[in-house]
Amino acid sequence: MQKATTKRQRIALWTLISPTLFWLTVFFAIPLLVILFYSFLKRGTYGGLVYEFTLNNYVRFFDSLYIKIFLRSFRIAAITTLLSLLVGYPVAYWMATRPARWRNTLLLLMMLPFWTNFLVRTYAWIVLFSRKGIINAALVHAGLIDKPLSLLFNERAVIVGLVYGWVVQMILPCYASILGFDFSLVEAAKDLYANDLKAFTKIILPLTMPGIVAGSILVFIPSLGAYVTPDLLGGGKTAMIGNLISQQFGSANDWPFGSAISMVLMVLMMIGTVVYFRIAVSGDKTSTGKGG
Amino acid sequence: MADVFAVELIGISKLFGKFVAVDNINLRIKDGEFYSLLGPSGCGKTTTLRMIAGFEVPTRGDLRIFGKSMGDTPPFKRPVNTVFQSYALFPHMTIGENVAFGLQMQKVPKKEITQRVGEALERVRLADYANHKPKQLSGGQQQRVALARALVNRPEVLLLDEPLGALDLKLRKAMQLELKQMQQDVGITFVYVTHDQEEALTMSDRIAVMRAGHVYQEGTPVEIYEKPRTRYVADFIGETNFLEGTVKSIDGNRVTVEIDGAVAVAATAEADVPVTVGQAVTVAIRPEKISLLPGDTEKGYPGRLVELVYIGTDTRYRVQLTDNASVIVREQNIVPTGERKFHTGDAVQIHWSPASATILAE
Amino acid sequence: MVTPSLHTGSRALLKKIGNFTLSGYAILFFLFLYVPIIILIVFSFNDSKSVFVWQGFTLKWYARVFQDARLLLALRNTLIISVASTVISTIFGTMISVAMERWDFRLKLPFDALLFLPIVIPDISMGVMLLAFFGLIGMAQGLGTVVIAHVAFNISFVAVIVRARMASLDPRLEEAAQDLGANEWQTFWRVIFPLLLPGIMGGALTAFTLSMDDYVITFFTSGNESLLSLYIYSLVKTGVKPNINALSSLMILVSMGLVLLSLILQRKGGGDNVGLM
Repeated sequence: MQKATTKRQRIALWTLISPTLFWLTVFFAIPLLVILFYSFLKRGTYGGLVYEFTLNNYVRFFDSLYIKIFLRSFRIAAITTLLSLLVGYPVAYWMATRPARWRNTLLLLMMLPFWTNFLVRTYAWIVLFSRKGIINAALVHAGLIDKPLSLLFNERAVIVGLVYGWVVQMILPCYASILGFDFSLVEAAKDLYANDLKAFTKIILPLTMPGIVAGSILVFIPSLGAYVTPDLLGGGKTAMIGNLISQQFGSANDWPFGSAISMVLMVLMMIGTVVYFRIAVSGDKTSTGKGG
Repeated sequence: MADVFAVELIGISKLFGKFVAVDNINLRIKDGEFYSLLGPSGCGKTTTLRMIAGFEVPTRGDLRIFGKSMGDTPPFKRPVNTVFQSYALFPHMTIGENVAFGLQMQKVPKKEITQRVGEALERVRLADYANHKPKQLSGGQQQRVALARALVNRPEVLLLDEPLGALDLKLRKAMQLELKQMQQDVGITFVYVTHDQEEALTMSDRIAVMRAGHVYQEGTPVEIYEKPRTRYVADFIGETNFLEGTVKSIDGNRVTVEIDGAVAVAATAEADVPVTVGQAVTVAIRPEKISLLPGDTEKGYPGRLVELVYIGTDTRYRVQLTDNASVIVREQNIVPTGERKFHTGDAVQIHWSPASATILAE
Repeated sequence: MVTPSLHTGSRALLKKIGNFTLSGYAILFFLFLYVPIIILIVFSFNDSKSVFVWQGFTLKWYARVFQDARLLLALRNTLIISVASTVISTIFGTMISVAMERWDFRLKLPFDALLFLPIVIPDISMGVMLLAFFGLIGMAQGLGTVVIAHVAFNISFVAVIVRARMASLDPRLEEAAQDLGANEWQTFWRVIFPLLLPGIMGGALTAFTLSMDDYVITFFTSGNESLLSLYIYSLVKTGVKPNINALSSLMILVSMGLVLLSLILQRKGGGDNVGLM
C-alpha cells in the first residue's frame, strides 16, 4: 500500500473518503458522544435531563436488580456460545472434510436460513414452542401429556433462539480453520503413537483454536447485546441488558441511566472485538495457509 | 542532438519512510539501447523502473525522458509502457480488448485500432487468441500478450520488470532470444529489470549492476563479466576466485601480487585503479580462465589438487595454492571420462594469462 | 498373516462407523436449521385457525396478507427505505473501500476503527444513540431519519465486503491501466469497477437484507411511521396466527430468492462468492 504523495492522489483520496467520513462522524460518532455525555447527567423528577454532572448512573449498576440482569445476560451469552461450539464444531469439521465439489453447496445450504429475516426465524420458534404450538399439540395428540408444557418464555427458549440465530457465525470461522488444517499432521501424530483421541486433542484442536475463538466472539457479542430474542421468546422474566436499555429509554424514561448501561455494553463489545482481532491476526500466522 | 538520452536519471533518490530504496543514482540510457538493471531483490532496480514509469515519484533528483523533465507527471501522460512481472493482464477483458486498451485510451480511430491490434497479435503469434480470456492462455502466451499490449502503443521507451521470471527455464531461454530480436526489429529503447545475471548478459547492450540502492558498475556485458570493479560485482555475476595478497611489483598495468608470502601471481590493474607496491589488494579470476597442468610443468604456479567434482559438461577442481589460499578451476570435459589426467592429491601447476586476473578497486 | 488383516479390517470398520455417525449428526443439524422454517411454510397453507390440526390446503392466508392495507403501506415504506439506504451506502461504501485499500494516510487507523464500530456495537445501543441525537438536534423522526440510521450501519457492512474484494485485486492492474494511458477516472470505470462488481453486488444485497430485516434501530428512529419489521413485530407479539405464517413464508421466499439470484449473477461474472460469506 502506498502513500498518497502527489496532489492528484491526495484529491482522489479525500474525494473517496469524505462522504463516509461525514456520515459516520455526524450520524455515528457524535451520537455516541451524546450518549456518553448523557450518561453523566441526572434524571429529572418526571424524566427528562438535568444538566448536572454525576457518576451515579454508573454506580447504580451495582444495585442487586441490575447486576442480576447483567449476570443473567452474561450467563445466557456464555451458554449460547458454548452450545454453539458444541453443536457447530462437528458440523464445521464434517463440512470441511467433504469433497471439494460438495463444500460450496453445503455452505450455501447453511447460509440460506441465516439470510432470512431474523424476526421470522425467531417467530418460527414461537410456532414450535407456544402453548398451542406444534410440539405441545403433537405431544397432547399422542397422549404423552395432558396439559401443554410451558416451553416458551423462559431462559431455555431464549438460549435455543440465540443458538439458532447465531450458530452459523460459529461454524464459518471453525470451518475455515479446519479447511486450512494440514491433515498430514494427524498422520504424523499417529506415526508417533497418538491414538485418534490424542491426535484430536493434541493436534487438531490447538491448531484450529483461532477459528474457535473467533467463532466464540462472533456468537458471544450479539448474544450479549440481544434484544429481540429475549423480548419475543423470553417474556418479562428473562430480560437481558438490551431490554433494560430499551426500558430506560421507554417506560422508565431514565435516559441518563440507559445511556450509562449502553456505554458499558459498548465498551465490553469493543474489548471483545480487540481480543478478536488479536487472535485473528495471530491465527493468520499459525494457519497452514491452505484454503480458508 | 547527441546529448539527448532516452532516459536520464540525475541524482535520483527514493525514500519509503526512512528506508532508502534508491540512493542518488545517475543513469544515461541511450536511444535504441537494450539496457538492463541487474541486482538481487531489494536492490532498488524495480523502484528505479517504477519511477521511470511514473508509479513512484522520486524523493530527490531529476528524471528525464528524451530530454523532458518528468516531475510528478502521472503514468498515463508518459511516453513509456510497461511489461509487468506478473503480466497484469485485465482478467475481465479478452486478449484483443487487453491489447486495444491503450489505443482506446488515446482515442485512436476504431479502424486503426483493429488493424494495429491485429498486427501486434500477429507479431507475437497469437492472432487466433484475440477472443480468449487471459486465464485460458499459458504463462508463455500471457507473457507475449503483455508484450503486445505494451508495444502496440509504440512507446518511446519500453520498461520490462522481470518479464520472464515466471516462465520455466527452457521457455525463458527461447523468450530471451525472441525479446532481443524484437527489440532490434522495432528499435525501441528497452529498460529491462532482472535478477538473473545470465539473462542480463545474453540480452543487454549495457548493464547497471545494482545493490542496496546504488549502481555498483555500469558497462557492456563483456566489461561487466571480464573486468568487474568490485568484489560484489565479480561475485554476483558468475563464479569467481578471490585471492588476497600484497603488491610486489608494478610494470605498466601488469602487477605481481604475492599471496600469503608464498606464491607471486600476475594480474592486471585498470588505469583508474591505482596501486602501489606493498598495498593489500584482491585479485579476481574466473575458474574457466585458469588451466590445470601436470605438476612437472614449468609454466604456472604450483599447488595440490584437493577436490575434484564431475558436473557433466565440466569438471571442477580445487587447488590448494598456499596454506590459506585455494582456487577453483573449471575445465570442459573434452577428454573421454575414465581417462582422467588428474587425481586428488596430485601435485599440479595452474596457469592463467595476466589479462584474465583483475585487481579489484575496493 | 490373518491377524493383521483382521486388525486393519476392524479399524477400517471403526472409521466407517465414525464417519457415519458424524454424517448423521450433520444431517440432524441441517434439520435443526430447516425444520422450523419448513413447518412455518407448511402451516401457512393450512385451512384452519388452530395451528397443529391440518384441515386442508388453502391460499386464503396469502390473500389476506395482500388485502391488509396497513401491511402494504408498511411494505411500501420499507422498500423505499431499503432501496434508498442500499443505494447510498453501496456508493459511499465502495468509494471508501477503494481509498482504504489503496492508500496509506495519517488518520487511517482511527478511521478504520470508526468504519468498523457500527458493526460491533449492539443494535440497541445504536438505536438509542440515534434517538438521543435526533431528539437533541430537533430532527423530526420519519422515513428520513430511518434512512440516515440505516446508511450509518450499512456503509460499514458494504465496506467490509467490498474491501475484501478490493484487497484481492492485483494493484498492478491499475498501474497497467494507467501505464496504457487511462487516467484515474477511466481506470476506475474500465478496470476497478468491473472487477469489484461481484463484491459490490454482495455488499448491496447485504445492505438491502439488513435494512429490510432491521427492527431495533428502526424502532428507535422511525417515529410513527408504519414499517414492515415493526408491523411483523407487533403481530408476532400477539401470538401465532396463520396470516403471520403466510407473511413470514413470503419473506423467506424473497430473501432466499435474492441470495440465489446474487449467486447466479456472481457466477456469471466469474467471481467467487466472497460477498455472501
